[in-house]
Amino acid sequence: MMTIFGIPAAALFGQLLLGLINGAFYALLSLGLALIFGLLNIINFTHGAQYMMGAFVAWLALNVLGLGYWPSLLLAPLVVAALGILIERTMLHRLYKLDHLYGLLLTFGLALIIEGLFREGYGVSGQPYAVPKELAGGWNLGFMFLPIYRGWVVVASLVLCIGTWFAIEKTRLGAYLRAATENPTLVRAFGIDVPVMITLTYGFGVALAAIAGVMAAPIYQVSPRMGSDLIIVVFAVVVIGGMGSILGSVITGYMLGLLEGLTKVFYPEAAGTVIFVAMVIVLLIKPAGLFGKGA
Amino acid sequence: MTSASSAIPAAPPSAPVAPSRQKLFVLALLACALAAPLMIYPVFLMKGLCFALFASAFGLLLGYVGLLSFGHAMFFGWSAYITAHAVKEWGLTPELAIGLGVLAAMTLGLIAGWLAIRRQGIYFAMITLALAQLMYFVALQAPFTRGEDGIQGVPRGHLFGLIDLGDTLTMYYFVLAVFVVALLFINRVVTSPFGQVLKAIRDNEPRAISLGYQVERYKLLAFVLSAGLAGLAGSLKCLVFQLASLTDVNWHMSGEVVLMTLLGGVGTVFGPTVGGFMVVTIQNYFAGIGSWVTIIQGVIFVICVLLFRSGMIGVMAPWLKRRGITG
Repeated sequence: MMTIFGIPAAALFGQLLLGLINGAFYALLSLGLALIFGLLNIINFTHGAQYMMGAFVAWLALNVLGLGYWPSLLLAPLVVAALGILIERTMLHRLYKLDHLYGLLLTFGLALIIEGLFREGYGVSGQPYAVPKELAGGWNLGFMFLPIYRGWVVVASLVLCIGTWFAIEKTRLGAYLRAATENPTLVRAFGIDVPVMITLTYGFGVALAAIAGVMAAPIYQVSPRMGSDLIIVVFAVVVIGGMGSILGSVITGYMLGLLEGLTKVFYPEAAGTVIFVAMVIVLLIKPAGLFGKGA
Repeated sequence: MTSASSAIPAAPPSAPVAPSRQKLFVLALLACALAAPLMIYPVFLMKGLCFALFASAFGLLLGYVGLLSFGHAMFFGWSAYITAHAVKEWGLTPELAIGLGVLAAMTLGLIAGWLAIRRQGIYFAMITLALAQLMYFVALQAPFTRGEDGIQGVPRGHLFGLIDLGDTLTMYYFVLAVFVVALLFINRVVTSPFGQVLKAIRDNEPRAISLGYQVERYKLLAFVLSAGLAGLAGSLKCLVFQLASLTDVNWHMSGEVVLMTLLGGVGTVFGPTVGGFMVVTIQNYFAGIGSWVTIIQGVIFVICVLLFRSGMIGVMAPWLKRRGITG
């Protein structure tokens, strides 16, 4: 059996793949957080709960409506984005003129409500969600076994991240968005409906979280608590990357996922903490974050 | 050039308030607190006092420096662990164990504060949350914390080796005494010249910098004080319940203390106390029915942020003013 640094190669690559998948979720979630923060100046604490809701919509669609994985991949982001837009229109938009911290507190409260309601309804134990049959099975790559579904998650999240980056950096709508992030008042003066843009941005960021949730459902179990632990790690990712750059948050997400995977191989005890330790180190060396433009 | 000392703003005018009425009100509160265990279950009161102190420590930071820490559970929980270990394994007397816990919390506060004040606003909140999660994992894995079980059956011991705290009523008066002293200390801090500088930083940081204040140092000192007081609350709670567990270091606890302060009133001396007692009451009331405590706490968060950001004290302010209790 092939070994690398005394570790069986299959185990090493297996953990790296798992790290890459975690990284895919970190990237999708921190991308959404960065988008929302850019335009709304709010850190969306509800993001983890919205990721969890995405997974639950998929699970409910399967068990109540009989809809499979593929329709859910479209349905879940739409449902969660619609709820997000409702939240933005009824609550968040009242806070834009206040200190940013109120947005954090409000979304924290909403996260507690959503998590609590799902826990009340479905208990704390996880619900299994089967891998769609088109993506079941795996390929033997020689040096490792690649479950097809996991490969799909990595590819799909890459496509989503690059697509989002392209839409923001290379299209006219993206140009409006970037302009509104810099100076909303001026963009409004040009006749562009910034409030609608803000609402849609929130909906889009939240939809990304919901898609991540659907993709996570067959890998992790669908449980009310799946979002809250993840969101804290994603916050650390965001602190490390800085929220100034779209590409930066994506790259940071994948890098940290890989770092976590490597840690699981070489020093499993620290796997849960390595991202936080990385955050401490980055704060010491480059306080503004790897891609940040200032404090 | 303005010298640093003359830049300290004058204390807010509290002259129009008749001081005797204010004093009378505080004395009446104190009398109620002394008589309370006759009518109300003392353990509940002690829990309320511990959380009131915890919230007051947090409120010192949020209300007077404008720093939102989302990781105060690490000071509360770790101080509880250290105190529990010191009493149970080393056989220290309670006052020494509490002192050790507070010292540990302050050291942790020094490190966490030093890291977190490198970034501002929203990032500060996220960093403190992440650091607290790091310390949660350490608590989960360190052998002496006994993982999921926590440190159970912590003896309360004899205060100064003389007074037996095993008696619930004695313990209550001890907790009350510590609470009153701590609240007086917080009041002293916020009305001192140091506290005035903190408020100046909160209201206009660039101006405070341009006046020559080492803003970072003031923030760090306030953070360490707040951490130490949060640790004091954690140590007390651990002796009251004779338990130090993962619940105390969890992020839910960090969220709860934010809620208490927000509900009571940010930037007031008594607000966090009011909020602390209210949240503990809610917890007791809904404890039996599943996740409803979490849901209700979330709803209160939303209502506080959207409708009354000045908290309960803010709502009661006109009434208190009419009675000549506050200015």
